[in-house]
Amino acid sequence: MKLTRLNIAILAIISFAVPAWAIDVETPKRCTVCHSASFQGLQPAPRLAGQRYQYLFNQLSDLGLHRRDDPNAKLFMWPVVATVNPQTARELALYLSTIPPVAAEDGDAELIASGRKIYQEGMPEANVVACVACHGPNAEGVGEIPRLGGLAYPYLRRRLEQWGRQGGYNEATRPPMPHVASNLSLKQIEALASYLSFVK
Amino acid sequence: MKLITSYRGRGTEVGDEPMVLSFPSAPAGTPREGCRRRIVKASGLRLALQLAIAVVVFATAAGGAATKALAFSSHELAAKIAYCQDCHGPAGQGYRGFYPMPRLAGQQVEYFEDQLRAFVEGRRLNSIMSPVARSLSPAMMTALATDFRAFNPRPLGGDRRELAAMGEKIFQDGVPEQNVPACAACHGPEATGIKQIPRLSGQLYLYMVKTLTNFRKDRKEHLSDVMYPVVESLNKRQIEAVAAYVSSLR
Amino acid sequence: MLVIVFGGAGRTSAAETAAVSKPELEAKIKYCEICHGHSAEGFEGYYPIPRLAGQTPDFIKYSLQAFAERTRTNNIMFHVARVLSPDMMAALGAHFHDLNAKPLGAGPTDLVAAGKEIFETGVEPRGGGRIKSCSSCHGDNAEGNQDFPRLAGQLDDYIVDKLTNWSKEFGQHPSKMDVSRIMQPIAEALTEAQIKAVAAYLSSLQ
Repeated sequence: MKLTRLNIAILAIISFAVPAWAIDVETPKRCTVCHSASFQGLQPAPRLAGQRYQYLFNQLSDLGLHRRDDPNAKLFMWPVVATVNPQTARELALYLSTIPPVAAEDGDAELIASGRKIYQEGMPEANVVACVACHGPNAEGVGEIPRLGGLAYPYLRRRLEQWGRQGGYNEATRPPMPHVASNLSLKQIEALASYLSFVK
Repeated sequence: MKLITSYRGRGTEVGDEPMVLSFPSAPAGTPREGCRRRIVKASGLRLALQLAIAVVVFATAAGGAATKALAFSSHELAAKIAYCQDCHGPAGQGYRGFYPMPRLAGQQVEYFEDQLRAFVEGRRLNSIMSPVARSLSPAMMTALATDFRAFNPRPLGGDRRELAAMGEKIFQDGVPEQNVPACAACHGPEATGIKQIPRLSGQLYLYMVKTLTNFRKDRKEHLSDVMYPVVESLNKRQIEAVAAYVSSLR
Repeated sequence: MLVIVFGGAGRTSAAETAAVSKPELEAKIKYCEICHGHSAEGFEGYYPIPRLAGQTPDFIKYSLQAFAERTRTNNIMFHVARVLSPDMMAALGAHFHDLNAKPLGAGPTDLVAAGKEIFETGVEPRGGGRIKSCSSCHGDNAEGNQDFPRLAGQLDDYIVDKLTNWSKEFGQHPSKMDVSRIMQPIAEALTEAQIKAVAAYLSSLQ
């Protein structure tokens, strides 16, 4: 597959070059076990390719400090991140952010329209903000606000449910997401997650 | 009331230098801890304020010859405030989303109300705020304006500090050679504004730059056409300087 | 080059002066009007910004000079005035004199009668002596006369502020001969109530 070859090529170049930041070949390889060889994600592990640098770094930081504590994170990521030092985290995040993402497109296609409406316009009467304000018109994110476009439906749905249901469950999730998600009904979450999984 | 956890400082924007966070987190007593305490304290204060506002609104609504005895419940108001805070920050200090969302904390009540009306009437164009404003009754607009006026968080700040000195000069003295009046004449020497003239102190840098650059395009609001000749006399550098200056003001 | 100085009323367009170009003058006028109002009627900014419409040209010229030399202290107006040539000051004076906007900020109407009384007959200060009627210098209709400014239609809170804080702002160089000196004892002798009354009256005048 083109992507895999490209990734190997990148890794090869990186490992042989003498750059200012030198990422070892082993670290990214370990991630591919769960996140797939192309870093496009493999349920339940989310796509990392093309994610915002600052967001990725913050997640690694929060996982390392056990601030992000959703069940999968606790089970799978805590042991892994324990071995990653800050410098490596920075380099990993930078590297992953440069990989072109591929949309999962695994949501319910019939819910795309309603999901888009919620995303782009919000629901003012229900006090649901328009996601576009922070996540951008193509759900591309900015700074430490993550790209949502093309993430897998099950992952998006699970994360929205986790915030909305549990409130303080994910201590690492700062305002506004827990509150935003708490105003969403399950149907609305499904619509949003479906729509976003198709956004390129 | 939901406990609001600490609010992380904003990260880098697209294209900026990667920021380095050090593991493990800062020890207790550092700004992040203080921030959490401040916000928790503020929510207690805010609840009291909300109830006070609700009482005032009930009293005035009941006093008038209105058909409805109650404009809205304190619960409704609290929910609406939390909704505003999702975008404008936990204490209304603003938020750097994909779009910069402006600071509302400490804003002049008359200006705040007038902007919400302007969004509804199309005098001010914004695809996100128009539906928001349309969902608000006039009484709710007043309550929100009053509530946000009382907040006083530190500015998000940190932007283009090197331009602030230049911006201060423009703000306080004007640029008479370019026919740019001193902003302080109308916005006040501390950029607090007054009545329908907005507070600018602590406003987001990016938001200020955007607003000044796109002024004529976004605002057809009769009161703000006084700003047209001002923004047209400022060059890009001066806009950035003024924005940097006011964004640093407490 | 002939330098034309504009005096009282009855002159032709201010743009005809040889030393100030038309576009320059128009740009400068537009700039003044940002703060002083579309028709120079004044504006309630953070500070009350005074009406210039119908002002005597001499007073405008004098004021701009005073700001530039800092005999009258106001940081914002200092910077405005310091770049103006005498010809520009004169041209601006002539321009604003010709404007005739409706009064902007009228004060409380219940004080107007008392204010009229003071304006037309003067006051007897508590400390003795007599302050003559304002009209004797400012004109029966407060329209002003050469160096004595027009007060009709001025902003209520602007008048209150100036009369209350006169010596803090005006006549700041004791060694310089300054026309504003005349007002100092008057402003100091007036009580707060009298100031408010006369301001209410003046701000209501067309």
